[in-house]
Amino acid sequence: MKSNIKKWLAAASLALAPLAALASEGGVHLDRAPNLLRDPVSLQRGAQTFANYCLSCHGALSMRYNRLQDLGLSEAQIKANLMFAADKIGEPMRVSMAAADGKAWFGATPPDLSVIARARGADWLYTYLRTFYRDDSRPTGWNNLVFDKVGMPHVLWELQGQQVPVYETVKNHETGKEEQHLTSLKLEKPGLLTRVADDGGFDQTEYNTRVAELVNYLVYMGEPAKVKREQIGYAVLLFLLFILVPISYFLKKEYWRDVH
Amino acid sequence: MSDQQVDNSKRRFLLVAASGAGAVAVAGVATPFIASFFPSERAKAAGAPAEVNISKLEPGQKIDVEWRGKPVWVVKRTPEMVANLPKNDPKLVDPQSKSSDQPAYCQNEGRSRKPDIWVAVGVCTHLGCSPTFRPELAPADLGPEWLGGFYCPCHGSKFDLAGRVFSGVPAPTNLVIPPHKFFGDGDSMLLIGEDQ
Amino acid sequence: MSKLQNVGQQVLDWVDDRFPLTATWKAHVSEYYAPKNFNFWYFFGSLALLVLVIQIVTGIFLTMNYKPDGSLIPGTNVSVAFASVEYIMRDVAGGWIIRYMHSTGASMFFVVVYLHMFRGLIYGSYQKPRELVWVFGTLVFLILMAEAFLGYLLPWGQMSFWGAQVIVNLFASIPVIGPDLSVFIRGDFVVSDATLNRFFALHVIAVPLVLLALVVAHLVALHEVGSNNPDGVEIKKLKDPKTGIPLDGIPFHPYYTVKDILGVAVFLVVFSLVVFFFPNVFGYFLEDNNFIPADPLKTPPHIAPVWYFTPFYAILRAVPSFLGTQVWGVLAMGAAVVVIAFLPWLDRSPVKSIRYRGPIYKTALVLFIIAFIGLGILGALPPTNLRTIVSQILSVVYFAFFFGMPWYSKMDKTLPVPERVTDSTLGRQMRFLALFALTLVLSAVFAWVI
Repeated sequence: MKSNIKKWLAAASLALAPLAALASEGGVHLDRAPNLLRDPVSLQRGAQTFANYCLSCHGALSMRYNRLQDLGLSEAQIKANLMFAADKIGEPMRVSMAAADGKAWFGATPPDLSVIARARGADWLYTYLRTFYRDDSRPTGWNNLVFDKVGMPHVLWELQGQQVPVYETVKNHETGKEEQHLTSLKLEKPGLLTRVADDGGFDQTEYNTRVAELVNYLVYMGEPAKVKREQIGYAVLLFLLFILVPISYFLKKEYWRDVH
Repeated sequence: MSDQQVDNSKRRFLLVAASGAGAVAVAGVATPFIASFFPSERAKAAGAPAEVNISKLEPGQKIDVEWRGKPVWVVKRTPEMVANLPKNDPKLVDPQSKSSDQPAYCQNEGRSRKPDIWVAVGVCTHLGCSPTFRPELAPADLGPEWLGGFYCPCHGSKFDLAGRVFSGVPAPTNLVIPPHKFFGDGDSMLLIGEDQ
Repeated sequence: MSKLQNVGQQVLDWVDDRFPLTATWKAHVSEYYAPKNFNFWYFFGSLALLVLVIQIVTGIFLTMNYKPDGSLIPGTNVSVAFASVEYIMRDVAGGWIIRYMHSTGASMFFVVVYLHMFRGLIYGSYQKPRELVWVFGTLVFLILMAEAFLGYLLPWGQMSFWGAQVIVNLFASIPVIGPDLSVFIRGDFVVSDATLNRFFALHVIAVPLVLLALVVAHLVALHEVGSNNPDGVEIKKLKDPKTGIPLDGIPFHPYYTVKDILGVAVFLVVFSLVVFFFPNVFGYFLEDNNFIPADPLKTPPHIAPVWYFTPFYAILRAVPSFLGTQVWGVLAMGAAVVVIAFLPWLDRSPVKSIRYRGPIYKTALVLFIIAFIGLGILGALPPTNLRTIVSQILSVVYFAFFFGMPWYSKMDKTLPVPERVTDSTLGRQMRFLALFALTLVLSAVFAWVI
């Protein structure tokens, strides 16, 4: 059943791929975010990261704290570990910072994150949260590979550490001038979840996992009913394919014997 | 048309089966539509139990708390007020609160869990106005026998300090007592809407 | 039991003396004789009716919780309208199913209506005496486009806002009255809360009333003249001399009711697949950018209309502005829809069905399909020089199909039409399927290249 749907999806996306690819136009390669939607423990950790790092500036107005029970948390756990900016469990996730401050600090009200994953997609968010780099020309001191001149500072820098850009000098064939092209990012100072590996490179596995959990939480929050939607979908399809369609087929056949 | 005999029993069977499957489908489709009429998560959140700190409540004082969009009164009665309650009994419609709405633990003379703290929904049982708090003794407008209580300005219903209705007024029953419980240090907190 | 039946009969008689209940049922259902050779193309009319019902019912329930209010919730970048859609998706029990049914229904409406129109095209269902059926149908299509456009503003996301902005500005290109007209439509100098409120009113009641009236007119006209069929044979010409019933006709009920039930069941499989598994359909039914709340200060990098408008949008963009005005593109887009209504008078062929048409018409039809699908793909893509040239060529093909028809349909060699309807043969079905698959593959290749 499921694999059939996947095949169908694969075939359909093949036909539609050229158009869908458009969404990611802009040139930056997006890393694929792991899918952890059916792993409640990582989603819980994602929710924790969200409450600790995102909620101080961003709200999630359409998400109520008590809805987090979807992730297997009890009301008491939600109250104790995740609710910093509300006092009732049924309240939506509001920003703890005053809106006027946000506008003054970042130049714009930080966007509400309720459905951000549906607008941006998991891969974009996963790449975005991992590609902040130091840029002293920016007011916050940070820039981002997939969101150039982003207004948001690298909130997770304690965890990731500091990345610096690596430039390559390329000669522009049209103008004949030499240009600096940003080719990659290099971890300069490790954070709590990254470390310099033995070979002199850097190991970001732990940080990547933390971000993947956060992104999956955002995906869950974008459409909390998704898992249930698919569960109901299987029941509906089974009913249609194995009961309604066959019965109406035989009914039609029986009546049409008069005609043929 | 063909000369084949029409197999009526088969046709009837298929019709019944199709009607059954159709009925299941209609019921399934109707489910979300009917469900959408029930209170939403937002309404449920607004109807969630309300917490109040009652440690600062003075004797004789009344505070209003919002619960499910309705005013809920919390009154700390003085010992004198509590002592006066039985004196109203002969003039009341339902002094024992037999036909009134309250949790079992509040079906007593003071209609409360504790003698002093009294909690009630501040909505007149007549037509839904909110009565005014008149704790004073024998005011000019309410007569010399008034021992403190509530007076509804809409249609003149009167209630005593346990929310019991006097006879001869439009309101039929005593004021509603919501489920509630005390918790916290020395029962300093009150939870309205839940008693478990 | 028989006593109960007696009472039922008495009630029915009482009603029939005062209202033509039985007569209406007979005229439109149990004694409406339809040709017996309908193939699968004939499902889409009744399916369109089903989708109309789905849209009306889900729409009524959505209005119970949706708020047409463009003002921002204090301290956020989210409007009341946008938040109310998410409120339906999360807080209202069953709300997400209702909303997805409505959003899926909007696109499926166009899927079935396009297929329904294509059926009319290939079997010549617009020809005499069905001209009015076709004209009413074209009007239904036009009103449906208006309805879809109005409804698309309501979620008040970025695509809603900027889509409305672009389309309303089309009216501004009309000489002299244009600028004032676009302000009049918006009720403001920009798309705003006032626009949202009036679009809401038009979407939930005004346009649906017109749509329903036109659908009734479409059906009444159809039942007056009778249905066409894949052979394009008039079944009313050969009637049983005793009963007066067409020899190739069968009563709609029970034969086509049971057949349509099967069609509905299969359609529901597809519909549920979308609602429960792919409600976005890769950004085609629900666009990604529409999950970003409307921001009048920030245009999204690429604005594309929803897929069902893209062929006409591509025609709009293909026409360059000249004589200092860009009204020509708007006129071309309008003409692309309106010209469909004139098919009955453009087609001079002696036969109706493609089965008996000659090679010229078949070639023209294939070119037309390629042009329509190609324009649809191009309308969804950001314009480049190459794409603009291709859309110009395809737009010419689109119009040439209609305006050349009086000549090529007359020139074409046709096959003799049989007296009686014929059954579809396996070979014919296979050839059709092969053609259909080829079109899909070609479109995919086309999209890839472009």
